[in-house]
Amino acid sequence: MSSSHIVSAYDEELKYLSRRISEMGGVAERMAADAVRALVNSDTVLAQKVISDDPILDEAERQIGEKAIVTIAKRQPMAADLREIIGSIRIAADLERVGDLGKNTAKRVLAVSDSTLPRTLTRGLEHLSELASAQLKEVLDVYASRSPEKANGIRERDEEIDAVYTALFRELLTYMMEDPRNITPCTHLLFCAKNIERIGDHATNIAETIFYMATGAQPVGERPKDDTTTSLNTMPT
Amino acid sequence: MNIITDTALEKALDAKMNTTPLKMIGKDVSVYYGDKRALFDVNLNVRQNTVTALIGPSGCGKSTFLRCLNRMNDTIDHCRVTGLITLDEQNIYDSAIDVVELRARVGMVFQKPNPFPKSIYENVAYGPRIHGLARTKSEMDQIVESSLQKAGLFNEVKDRLNEPGTGLSGGQQQRLCIARAVAVSPEVILMDEPCSALDPIATARVEELIHELRANYTIVIVTHSMQQAARVSQRTAMFHMGNLVEENDTDKMFTNPDDQRTQDYIMGRFG
Repeated sequence: MSSSHIVSAYDEELKYLSRRISEMGGVAERMAADAVRALVNSDTVLAQKVISDDPILDEAERQIGEKAIVTIAKRQPMAADLREIIGSIRIAADLERVGDLGKNTAKRVLAVSDSTLPRTLTRGLEHLSELASAQLKEVLDVYASRSPEKANGIRERDEEIDAVYTALFRELLTYMMEDPRNITPCTHLLFCAKNIERIGDHATNIAETIFYMATGAQPVGERPKDDTTTSLNTMPT
Repeated sequence: MNIITDTALEKALDAKMNTTPLKMIGKDVSVYYGDKRALFDVNLNVRQNTVTALIGPSGCGKSTFLRCLNRMNDTIDHCRVTGLITLDEQNIYDSAIDVVELRARVGMVFQKPNPFPKSIYENVAYGPRIHGLARTKSEMDQIVESSLQKAGLFNEVKDRLNEPGTGLSGGQQQRLCIARAVAVSPEVILMDEPCSALDPIATARVEELIHELRANYTIVIVTHSMQQAARVSQRTAMFHMGNLVEENDTDKMFTNPDDQRTQDYIMGRFG
């Protein structure tokens, strides 16, 4: 934002939106990381906390949506201002979904807490979660700077998360084939892995929204994809 | 299956836009009021059957440019216009041009409704009469009725055509002025902030009218309301301190303009 509005209250409204988005980002980031930590350490108390934090994001998304609508009605925003407000609505929706995915992971902690999980699997999940968290953290920094170049950089890194997810998917299948008693915990872990992978997707969505907010153009080219699990053959050979 | 990508669609629309014939061409247009220069080498074309909106802060030259298009500036002492302005490839500042005839082809609607202190009928009939467009009373009746129809006013006034035009509401008066402009079958209609003295409902009526008139006329509108420019026009030109800063498709102009000054102006920011 190069200059201020002649009507200063308008600036305040836009600042409110970006402040609330940053707050939501902080909560979503923490929930996503805590959910995986709870899973790895079988920490049901932490999992419970993640679940009970989810309404914070639901409420924040609702408030951002309402403020955005009132601002559009009052100010009839144009150009970058309009993109800023529409972008806020979209980013708030993505962050709210990130919270939901964290909450879903946390719920599964309670389900798998009494089965012993192979350490290698939880380590794989941790790695996936670190990548997604880094992605999310970075996209929130880019939101503060509104840099289209950096937003594009994040978009290109989603590929790495997809690749790790695919590897984890194969590993979990192997465990399930080895011993049917693994199926229940491994299925939960598979959903957790998918949740984390989806968080990476939402971070990428946010990066694309930021690119649009800053430039008025959609990022060019297909989003890089390396999630090949949709075509994996699961028959034992 | 045919898949039209957004860019292909955009290109097709652009191509269509770019092949729209130019009704008026402005080339290196400068205007001086005495020693003061009000316009600096403006190059702006007006496309046929298109609504072109001129926007910009007060004193930016948008009304000055509009008034060049039918030589209204001739009426101002010390005003000098240089450069070239054509209507259908004919120089309108050529000495052979009959200014009265030019103003019949390029009509104008002003900021404040200014009906003549005559009946509604006479307000509309005045132009056709001095231009000799009707030979009989019934021909004139025809012109008056169809002009009022085109201005979306006929149904509201058909039973009181002989009452004074000044007795109508502001919005009706403005539509009466539009009917008056339309009555002489102009090719281009210039509008200088036609809605700034009207309430929102009357404004909406005039905007709807502009939308309908576009099928048969070429329209250039000066407006202070960005939202209005965004609503009614297909092309928008932004003026700033006597310069044409940017001319673009309206949709592009109000979502992602190229020039920083346009951006600041339409978003209501300090430059």
